[in-house]
Amino acid sequence: MINSNAKTLLDIRGLTATVAGVTILKGIDLTVRAGEVHAIMGPNGSGKSTLAKVLAGHPAYEVTGGTVLFEGNDLFALAAEARARAGLFLGFQYPVEIPGVSNSSFLRLAYNTVQGARGKDELDPLEFDDYVREKMKLLEMSPEFLDRSVNDGFSGGEKKRNEILQMAILEPRVSILDETDSGLDIDALRIVAGGVNKLLTAENACVLVTHYQRLLNYITPDYVHVMEAGRIIKTGDKALALELEARGYDWLLVDTKAAA
Amino acid sequence: MSIAAIKHPFVEALVAGGRALPASAASWLNTRRAAALERANALSVPTTRDEEWRFTDLAPLNKLRVEASSAAAPVDVASFAVPEAAFRLTFVDGVYAPSLSSRSALPAGVTVSSLAEALTTNPALIEPHLAAHAGFDRQVFTALNTAWLRDGAVVHVAKNAVVDEPLHLLFIAAQKDAVSCPRCLIVAETGAQCTVIEDYVSATDAAYFTNAVTEIAIAPNARVRHVRLQRESAAAVHIASCAVSLAKDAAYVSQSIAFGARLSRYNLDVVHKGEGTVAVIDGLALISGQQCADTHTTMDHAQPNGRCTQLHKTIVGGAAHAVFNGKVLVRQGAQLTNSAQQSRNLLLSSTARVDTKPQLEIFADDVKCAHGATVGQLDAEQLFYLKSRGLPDTAARNLLTYAFGAEIVDRIPVKSLVAQLEKTVMAQTQASV
Repeated sequence: MINSNAKTLLDIRGLTATVAGVTILKGIDLTVRAGEVHAIMGPNGSGKSTLAKVLAGHPAYEVTGGTVLFEGNDLFALAAEARARAGLFLGFQYPVEIPGVSNSSFLRLAYNTVQGARGKDELDPLEFDDYVREKMKLLEMSPEFLDRSVNDGFSGGEKKRNEILQMAILEPRVSILDETDSGLDIDALRIVAGGVNKLLTAENACVLVTHYQRLLNYITPDYVHVMEAGRIIKTGDKALALELEARGYDWLLVDTKAAA
Repeated sequence: MSIAAIKHPFVEALVAGGRALPASAASWLNTRRAAALERANALSVPTTRDEEWRFTDLAPLNKLRVEASSAAAPVDVASFAVPEAAFRLTFVDGVYAPSLSSRSALPAGVTVSSLAEALTTNPALIEPHLAAHAGFDRQVFTALNTAWLRDGAVVHVAKNAVVDEPLHLLFIAAQKDAVSCPRCLIVAETGAQCTVIEDYVSATDAAYFTNAVTEIAIAPNARVRHVRLQRESAAAVHIASCAVSLAKDAAYVSQSIAFGARLSRYNLDVVHKGEGTVAVIDGLALISGQQCADTHTTMDHAQPNGRCTQLHKTIVGGAAHAVFNGKVLVRQGAQLTNSAQQSRNLLLSSTARVDTKPQLEIFADDVKCAHGATVGQLDAEQLFYLKSRGLPDTAARNLLTYAFGAEIVDRIPVKSLVAQLEKTVMAQTQASV
């Protein structure tokens, strides 16, 4: 929901970044206010996932220019873990498997770390168990996922539900969901999107990185941005996503080339 | 080999010490001890020029002195107790300590006693086994242990007897420069089952020498679970061998964990003497600083249809050095042997070192023998994933390291030990970062 008086949570200005010496982001400007849902669309290789990872602090990416303010503070002054504690969340496109670490202890460790940073009480294993089981209902997850190793042997849909479960537990201010819809069948998509919708409030914001319009049938964006070659080349409302679905990306690329 | 082998003052002193020991009442034991003493005297101490000791320098041994062990120092045994194991035999510097032992009632057919007791009460049970499985012809340290043989632990499980609770054999090193030669004999008769915890701990930070030998004889259809913990002081030298003999359809399941000692060497030799044997061999070495932990295993398949799965892991920090040599010998008649060996190694620093070597010698033509080895560092994507959920760098590294070791620790069939060892892994992981 757009409210121009709402607090700015994320303010990206002129962001450029490289990976292995190759410039991927060539000047991104984006403002995300509380209560808003943004969708970032674009063809493969346009830099959508890079933007998500740069914001979360992935070590393989190097920021070469621009600024990002997170609730008014310099995001890049914070290490990846400090960004998470400040309330930035990345839902991974490919959630990482960690054999040997049980999902329940991982979730509890993450929860308690973030709670501690917010000056709130930590939960002991029993208290946390009650808490997490309640959150799991939101995503129709069976409690057996708690006893398994983190994402180890999970199906694509199970991994994505586990990501949104972490979002539910950590209660971030800004969630960047990177291709959360990829690899999901229609039922899983409905459940995952339903979970995200229930977590959105007037106090937080969500950036959906997606290749397809499909997810946006379930989560309605306030803004749709199209990325191409490391820049946002067009911004519109949800109608833009439908137009992209109908016409593809090519017409936009032609337009920008003509404009240039 | 020339006769002018380099003499080793420390080992020579041990040989002299063995000579001075009083004779046993059992003449057969005196004969075996004398033979071992002769071998110990004749064999030279291995150097890094010996293939079997190529990566492991015994120099820390030279810094030790042989001290006659004085009266037992007071030891707080409670901290080493394992709650599930009501029955515990305790040895201090290699000498049986009745007052620190806990001898609860055991099921019928199960006897656990000191070697001296066993020699008095039932010598016929142990004569076929003691110093019969662990060969000392070519192993100077086994020869020394056998020459010194006067005390030890004997576990005997009679035919079809089953003991569920783990039996705890606790060896405490208490004094600087103490030399101890712990000896364990575990005999499981036909159809018998038991779980034994062989546990080496220290009540001192000083340097000392443990030279241990364990023999395990498993009769047809019997099963022995063996948990071996090496938690010696960081200055100690620990050299040990374990000889396991498996009869038809017998099973041996072991987890051996090495955390301690400046220098440790563990030789595990499993001989599959009967058909249809099963061996599950898991190992974990977690070392840092200047520690060296060397594990040499030999799976000797002499009969058909033997199965063996082996997973050896090391976590190496600081300037520590882990060595693994896994020999699998499949003799001509041992058709349909199925053996799988994995060596997984995690290096936590740029100065840590691992040498790992599979060694397959196969003389049968219808067998399945797999092996693999990896050496690596913590996975960068896993680290980032944990950090992206708020975990500090150190906590994330510790958790991943812990998970790597937990795979082995979790297989230990004694819950309190799992919990205790997981804490040790966590603490040691944190210290080594």
